[in-house]
Amino acid sequence: MATFGNLSDRLSETFKNLRKKGSLSASDVDGTVREIRRALLDADVALDVVKEFTGKVRERALSDEVNKALNPAQQVVQIVNDELVAILGGQQRRLEFAKNPPTVIMLAGLQGAGKTTLAGKLAKWLAKDGHTPLLVAADLQRPNAVTQLSVVAEQAGVAVYAPEPGNGVGDPVRVARDSIAYAKTKQFDTVIVDTAGRLGVDAELMKQASNIRKAVNPDEVLFVIDAMIGQDAVKTAQAFQEGVDFTGVVLSKLDGDARGGAALSVASVTGRPIIFASTGEGLDDFEPFHPDRMASRILDLGDILTLIEQAQQAFDEDEARAMAEKFSTETFTLDDFLKQMQQLRNMGSIKKMMGMLPGMGQMKQQLDSFDEREIVRTEAIIQSMTLAERQNSKLLNGSRRLRIARGSGSTVTEVNALVNRFEQAAKMMKTVAKGGVPQIPGMGPIPGARGGGSKKQQPKKKGSKSGNPAKRATENAALASGAKPASAGAPGGTGFGLGGAAGSAAPTEEELASLQKFLGR
Amino acid sequence: MAQLSSWSLSGALKGMFSKPTIDENTWEDLEYALLTADFGPDVTEAVIDDLHEKVDRYRTTDPRDLQRMLRESLEERLSKYDTTLKLTERPAVVLVVGVNGVGKTTTIGKFSKFLGTYGRTVVVGAADTFRAAAVEQLATWAERGGAQIVRPQQQGQDPASVAFQTVDFAKRNGIEIVLIDTAGRLQTKGGLMDELSKIRRVIEKQAPISEVLLVLDATTGQNGLAQAEAFIEHAGVTGLVLTKLDGSAKGGFVLAVQEKTGIPIKLVGQGEGIHDLTGFTPHVFAQKLVG
Repeated sequence: MATFGNLSDRLSETFKNLRKKGSLSASDVDGTVREIRRALLDADVALDVVKEFTGKVRERALSDEVNKALNPAQQVVQIVNDELVAILGGQQRRLEFAKNPPTVIMLAGLQGAGKTTLAGKLAKWLAKDGHTPLLVAADLQRPNAVTQLSVVAEQAGVAVYAPEPGNGVGDPVRVARDSIAYAKTKQFDTVIVDTAGRLGVDAELMKQASNIRKAVNPDEVLFVIDAMIGQDAVKTAQAFQEGVDFTGVVLSKLDGDARGGAALSVASVTGRPIIFASTGEGLDDFEPFHPDRMASRILDLGDILTLIEQAQQAFDEDEARAMAEKFSTETFTLDDFLKQMQQLRNMGSIKKMMGMLPGMGQMKQQLDSFDEREIVRTEAIIQSMTLAERQNSKLLNGSRRLRIARGSGSTVTEVNALVNRFEQAAKMMKTVAKGGVPQIPGMGPIPGARGGGSKKQQPKKKGSKSGNPAKRATENAALASGAKPASAGAPGGTGFGLGGAAGSAAPTEEELASLQKFLGR
Repeated sequence: MAQLSSWSLSGALKGMFSKPTIDENTWEDLEYALLTADFGPDVTEAVIDDLHEKVDRYRTTDPRDLQRMLRESLEERLSKYDTTLKLTERPAVVLVVGVNGVGKTTTIGKFSKFLGTYGRTVVVGAADTFRAAAVEQLATWAERGGAQIVRPQQQGQDPASVAFQTVDFAKRNGIEIVLIDTAGRLQTKGGLMDELSKIRRVIEKQAPISEVLLVLDATTGQNGLAQAEAFIEHAGVTGLVLTKLDGSAKGGFVLAVQEKTGIPIKLVGQGEGIHDLTGFTPHVFAQKLVG
């Protein structure tokens, strides 16, 4: 997989080369555009879309807006980001509800795209918002799709309308039509029609889908597409657009390591917005799709907004501020670290969160192999220390370390490693909190950032600053004013990149590096 | 173009092969055709370079020659590995793995029918205890394929134990072939991948595993490679099954998968009917693809 980085990896690799230059020549731009093209192809963006995309980027990259910019490379990143967002649909779109209930939502897509699972997720999501959804089993094709939908409905705690047993028996058009009347009499305010998976080239089944559409006259037709789909995305999407004229797209299986390609292709070719993203097998792994965030994710600028939202739920703001204070006044202790870690765990899966951080795309591999239990082990080590030791790690002599190792069921080496990591990271955080080194491009490798990491990360840091601006004006303001001055609440914030809660947004490179270190990888 | 043989590249290639000579456009068209067939930038580049060289060497300007060379080149690449299934053990245990929604269960149904026509007795193990109604879906397919089924005794049972019971059942009843369905899992889910390794280990306590088939969806793009690599590492894949070839996707990425991993394609699925599964023949595949 090393030869096969995802889109973010590839682009950042490209931009790394670009960033070394003060100004851009036409040949620089061509080289970069070629790399972008390849990266996009590798990410399964449809060839026609790639051509159009790179054409636009090239044109804009050679224009004055770049030449006049302070940092041309940064400007190119900005352009790529802009164009990505433009293709992905600009603004986030919400579901349209009918004026007179029931609102009818129809799902369509290829086999195995995840329609039935999505039906359950959507229903649960709607139910949470106070709606009363009804799931309609109009997939009478696949063996036991009806049963599956019933089970999903039960898990989601919603009603299901399944008059036909399925497995090839019954008329899906009729089921769909009857379901509307049923919903009206039973006072359901949304109807979700799950249809059979079908191939774009299967004229007969497409006809059937279009008949279902006519029968129920849906307010929304959602086209469910697998994030892993390749070049065929375009043809399939076009076929479905002709067949059922969908109004929105749902991107499923986004929790895999394929991302971006299909989204770009479909949105660009059909002009229909992506409304939802499905990110896992649980019924709650479902979120509204944010084009700007997705673009950032593709560019590996990190999905900071989502992260902050989560952080705000889990973090106590006062505590966060206190922590920021500690960073800057050099009184950050192992005890604080422990607290941080426990708070961090409140937020849910560390892996998922770290994946949202800018620059983390490249660490995906490590992330995936990252063992959450490592944190438990680290916790155990710290908890085996006396209070005095936690306050002052300098107390830790050989015999104390041996005792700690015994107490936590680890080895002295592990204790040493933890203490070393802690000391280095604490030092770095101080620097960050004081607004030191980090934001200066072209400086030497970050102390402690390991080998290839530092090399790769350098471009990144600018990315997180530069890519954001257009999209996240607020974020940016915070960044611009917060990152440079030595304000205590600055990015250093709560540390480990989760400073968001403290008020300002972006975690810095050092934090990422130190987080990595802390977590033992 | 989309009616008769939509799966073939021939539509995309027809224009270029019917021209009188090979020119710059020919190469561009070829690149376009290969890229849109999901061959991916690497393989596309390699194939085109290879053809470029051949065309230069033989000093040909006839696109027909190029077409023949392309067919041969693909065939040669595809037939590098042995595509026969090894099911000589008794019982021969076949583990079927893959990401979500690629058609594992459907493949098992068709495969049991396929084996049934050769007079083999088959039992399928419903080790997909995760997805709603997966067991029922498999049961329906097993019935259609004329196979017996071993179900989990309770909801959410450990898949490894279902696999174990299935093999055990086959041994006790003298059934020749065991097919084990597993839950779909994305290759990035470390925990779920470990579960596969466990299923493997547990089965091996009873009988050696003859084949581990990775099911790949033809509509998948370059991510197919990442999938294959992860599944090879955790499940020890011995063969690939390419499904949904009845759509408009060409599944070109399997060539890259086969070349990078050395795992051959062994079965090809082309529809939802019970008979729509065939063995893989490189010759036919290349012929159909190029036209």
